[in-house]
Amino acid sequence: MKDDLVLRVVGKLLIPFILLFGLYVLFHGDYGPGGGFQAGVILAAGIIFYALIYSVEEARRVVPEPLVEAMMAVGVLLYVTVGVAGQVLGGNFLDYFVLAADPVAGQLRGILLVECGVAVAVTGVMLKVFYMFAGRGNLDQ
Amino acid sequence: MTLVQQLPVLVAVVPLAAAPVALLLRNRHLAFLVVLAASGFAFGASVLLWQQVAGSGPVSYAIGSWPPPWGIEYRVDRLASFFLVLVSGMAALVLSWGRASLEAEIPAGQHYLFYTLFALCLTGLLGIAVSGDAFNIFVFLEISSLSTYVLIAMGRDRRALAASYNYLIMGTIGATFIVIGIGLLYLMTGTLNLADIAARMPAVEGSRPVLAALAFLTVGLSLKMALFPLHQWLPNAYTHAPSVVSSFLAATATKVSVYVLLRFYFEVFGESQVFDRLPLEQVMLCLALAGMFAASAVAIFQTDLKRLFAYSSVGQMGYIILGLSFDSVTGLTATIVHVFNHAITKGAIFMLLGGVALSMGGVTLPRVQGLARVMPLTAFGLVVCGLSLIGVPGTAGFVSKWYLVKAALEGGQWWLVFLVVGSSLLAVIYVWRVVEAAYFHAPRADLVAAVEAPLSMLVPAGLLVAGTVYFGLETTFTVGSAAEAASVLLGVPR
Repeated sequence: MKDDLVLRVVGKLLIPFILLFGLYVLFHGDYGPGGGFQAGVILAAGIIFYALIYSVEEARRVVPEPLVEAMMAVGVLLYVTVGVAGQVLGGNFLDYFVLAADPVAGQLRGILLVECGVAVAVTGVMLKVFYMFAGRGNLDQ
Repeated sequence: MTLVQQLPVLVAVVPLAAAPVALLLRNRHLAFLVVLAASGFAFGASVLLWQQVAGSGPVSYAIGSWPPPWGIEYRVDRLASFFLVLVSGMAALVLSWGRASLEAEIPAGQHYLFYTLFALCLTGLLGIAVSGDAFNIFVFLEISSLSTYVLIAMGRDRRALAASYNYLIMGTIGATFIVIGIGLLYLMTGTLNLADIAARMPAVEGSRPVLAALAFLTVGLSLKMALFPLHQWLPNAYTHAPSVVSSFLAATATKVSVYVLLRFYFEVFGESQVFDRLPLEQVMLCLALAGMFAASAVAIFQTDLKRLFAYSSVGQMGYIILGLSFDSVTGLTATIVHVFNHAITKGAIFMLLGGVALSMGGVTLPRVQGLARVMPLTAFGLVVCGLSLIGVPGTAGFVSKWYLVKAALEGGQWWLVFLVVGSSLLAVIYVWRVVEAAYFHAPRADLVAAVEAPLSMLVPAGLLVAGTVYFGLETTFTVGSAAEAASVLLGVPR
């Protein structure tokens, strides 16, 4: 689809906003609908949109496959780290109360960090799945 | 908070953390070390927990410091700690055994992925054992199942893909049934904490949604544990999976489903509902007997040894469920003991077969002819494990069958004794076929030069073979733990 001028222009215009909206959904998850999973899907959708317009190879250049695999791992590690941080600071696993001096602030901090982990992992997994299917050929022909 | 207090959650979290680390390292040697260390830690933690529970009663752990029943509770009691020791011990043993086999069966570039998935699978299985929350158990069940599907698909030929897909479909249907059952329980009781559901059960006992939940959970878990006639996925999955995966699954995956079934039957629903309101006693008895005979009979006609012993696993699951159907302390003891004894026996058999596959290039009966001449130690190990499958005195299999027979006699069902002995005779036939091929034939001309499996594989497998004999003679750990867990499940004071 890289020959279609309209798509290319609209894509270039929209993709930054799609990614930004993903971040909004992530950080606004505490106050409104949203959260890590939805944010991860939106972020991945932005990249997949890019791949559909500019070819998968181009997308692989921007978000290389090792990075995608690393994101899957880092997301889970972030989650585990937050959980273990609760233990190290004197609470139980995934104990957000002890993450800040004020228990409520601790809860907000804990859930945001965990949701960040979820978003990173979901983006990674979505892109990995997409790359694997797209890697089977004939999407670009 | 001391480290000891954190053990109930660390036993699942450490393997969970090992998975992404292995993925990030992208190096098969480092990934192996990380996952092996995590399994070793899990085993050490399980043994400590077992001692702690034996000494001072069940341990409860509130995730995120939210007290149960609002938060997720991890709860380790006699039954859970027994399964923790079994699963983590088998994981550590299979991992330390499997390197040489893995090198031969899986492309080197995929090894770090294998270790990642293995760690995830272990996380799921251990999580099921520690969790006291119905939905959390379901999530862990899915973690272990999903990673298992991929592990099976790593088998060396394309049939592994079909086997894995088959298991994926069957396993997903089972998972759906389980989650429907949990959903119905939540509908009726408004809680997901197992102990809390049990406390609220009297108010809704015998109502249709609760009985439906019981039925859904029974079918879903029977699929996962490959209870006859829901076992169709198992033979192909075990046959075509890499040897390491077969050994680990044969020893743990289906066994953990039995654990979940025990938890739901005896702690959540209670015996009166399971055995009086629904005729599950008779249903389980019939399925167990059918499995014991049909699957063992099918095993006799197999030429692929992995498939032969996979069918034997389905038959052995019959014994495990038979013990459950007695609804007595002795019967449940037999169930729990046989889970353990069969796990180490089958684990040892599949490990030995992995060695055979490595040295002789396959495990079909014509190929393993003369096994005793080229691999005497492996052949001897197979014979010992075969005797345990039959239930010869002095092996682990005898102990479980002894308690089965005892439970049958206690219940006045003496005819069952004949059936147990009869199905053991079927085991004699299929084990004899292996012995005959191994000891009474000359090796194939092109395989005369095959050598014994490397020492790194012989030692762990040999340990397990020794275990089948040890636990046949010394039963304080197995029968002791099982009897206590059984009396706790049935609420009978000892």
